[in-house]
Amino acid sequence: MERFITKENLIRLAEELTATCRVLAPVASCGTVTFRRFLPGMVLDMHSRMAAVSPKAATFPQTETLLTVKREIPEKKPEITETLPEGKNVVIGCRPCGARGKLIFNPVYETDKTKDPYYIQRRDNTVFISLACDRPETTCFCHSVGSGPADPQGSDVLLTLVGEGYVARSVTPAGEEVMKSALFADAGDKGKEADAKNVRARELMGEAHDYASAPAKLLARFDDMDFWQAQSAKCISCGACTYMCPTCYCFNITDDDLGLESRRIRSWDNCMSHTFTLEGSGHNPRPTKAHRLKNRVGHKFSYYPDLHKGVIACCGCGRCIKQCPAGVDIRQIVNAAQEYSE
Amino acid sequence: MNANPYLPDMATIVEVIQETHNIKTFRIVINNEERMKEFSFMPGQVGQLSVFGVGESTFVINSSPTRKDYLQFSVMRVGEVTTRLHQLQPGDQIGVRAPLGNSFPVEDLKGKNIVFVGGGIGMAPLRTLFTYMLDNRKDYGDITLLYGARSPADLTYKAELPEWTERKDVNTVLTIDNPSEGWEHKVGLIPNVLLEINPSPKNTVAITCGPPIMIKFTLQALKKLGFEDENILTTLEKRMKCGVGICGRCNIGTKYVCMDGPVFTYAQLKELPSEL
Repeated sequence: MERFITKENLIRLAEELTATCRVLAPVASCGTVTFRRFLPGMVLDMHSRMAAVSPKAATFPQTETLLTVKREIPEKKPEITETLPEGKNVVIGCRPCGARGKLIFNPVYETDKTKDPYYIQRRDNTVFISLACDRPETTCFCHSVGSGPADPQGSDVLLTLVGEGYVARSVTPAGEEVMKSALFADAGDKGKEADAKNVRARELMGEAHDYASAPAKLLARFDDMDFWQAQSAKCISCGACTYMCPTCYCFNITDDDLGLESRRIRSWDNCMSHTFTLEGSGHNPRPTKAHRLKNRVGHKFSYYPDLHKGVIACCGCGRCIKQCPAGVDIRQIVNAAQEYSE
Repeated sequence: MNANPYLPDMATIVEVIQETHNIKTFRIVINNEERMKEFSFMPGQVGQLSVFGVGESTFVINSSPTRKDYLQFSVMRVGEVTTRLHQLQPGDQIGVRAPLGNSFPVEDLKGKNIVFVGGGIGMAPLRTLFTYMLDNRKDYGDITLLYGARSPADLTYKAELPEWTERKDVNTVLTIDNPSEGWEHKVGLIPNVLLEINPSPKNTVAITCGPPIMIKFTLQALKKLGFEDENILTTLEKRMKCGVGICGRCNIGTKYVCMDGPVFTYAQLKELPSEL
């Protein structure tokens, strides 16, 4: 389905959707664009720049309660309640990379053996209305990881800015459902203009880097700790890269004791932290930041592709590069491993 | 396991055994009778025990599936969850998510001679398989158990050691690191005693678990005795949270210890990136 929606009508659509869904949209606050719960009257900021944080929280909240446990007398009669998510979400105005990022979760969170009901409920009840990018930032490299500035994968509706509105294309039945709204109009021949814009956006990104040799090359460098120490020298183990990343799916589970009740909480975790793999005995298989960065880069560009049909666990959004306070650039690390020869 | 992999079964602690100054063994029964009856697992598989309000940690199920009155876990007191577990009494309620992970290849081991080499709390996973083999004794060849600890006080499963040493159908050798008054068994480090016992590698599988330093020298001793990498089994420990291959911390390269392990052959371990 191809339709056209004006900028004004897109805001009206967002406002209408708030009646039945939680709507997340890019909102500027204190100079930073982040995805916020959108309520009627709020101002969207879809075009200034890519939101600092990805829309990951729509399908994988930073913190969520998995279980609550009531206990009148500690340990005597605990009652466990699953706190599965409910309701529908709509993400409006994310970039294609942010929507595509969540696809990396699928082969991990839903397998023949194991199904993560929290993730699956949110994924199946969240509609992504993405906006194709028209000008890459210097940190963008989606075109090198099997994607592009108008990639529909992971989105339900893909918008392309044309004049004072957007050409909207449905990607999934859920997207088609949203586009049945009377706020959408006939696209006429604007589709051609949208195609031209998308081609132009892709051209602006230049030649894609070939990561085909990365899985083997990274493994070949596994024991070369001099290499990893050099690559991680600038890293301060803050974990900003992991929190900003649309594809980082690792989590911690902790209990929050509230006296007569406790909650089992799942939170985004950070593989750059020393405690991520610290064992009870005091032993740590990844004792230094060099070991940890090696695992982070290795997971995205080697282990995950090896396990999941060659798909790189990176959507190329560049947030980890842009938000790193020390200037660590994952592209340079993978390139260095690829270029390295004995 | 429940359809929601994070949802534990409620269980009651039926017995607590003080093994050493910092190790207790917990026998638990799942409250839902149907689930307890249906509960099936194989030696080597692990479970997550929950103390609500404190957290969850991973332990091997060290009772044999051939003895199903209870599930047994041995817990060393090292952190928050284990400290709280140690304070619990029979009748107290905990959560259990089990079974998780792979298991020892009990079918492939049939007809083989078995050499168990356990050190300290590393005896826990071996106990499961050892008991399983005792209960299916005719399926296996000669069985040797070498179990060592720092001192007599550090040996777990003391209540069972007399039976294990007296049985004629197994060769049980106990050792401690330094001489101790009244000790009637071997004195010496496990790898040295292993060389002394000198088991033949012919049609034999060695199964070892213990502290990393013990494993390291035990592997050297086994190689010296002529054991092939494929015939050495061990079971790994990693910090785990979900236990079902999602949370992302127990991987060694592409392998997840909670799903692909915890049981690996030495040959498999050599194939993995060196990140133990």
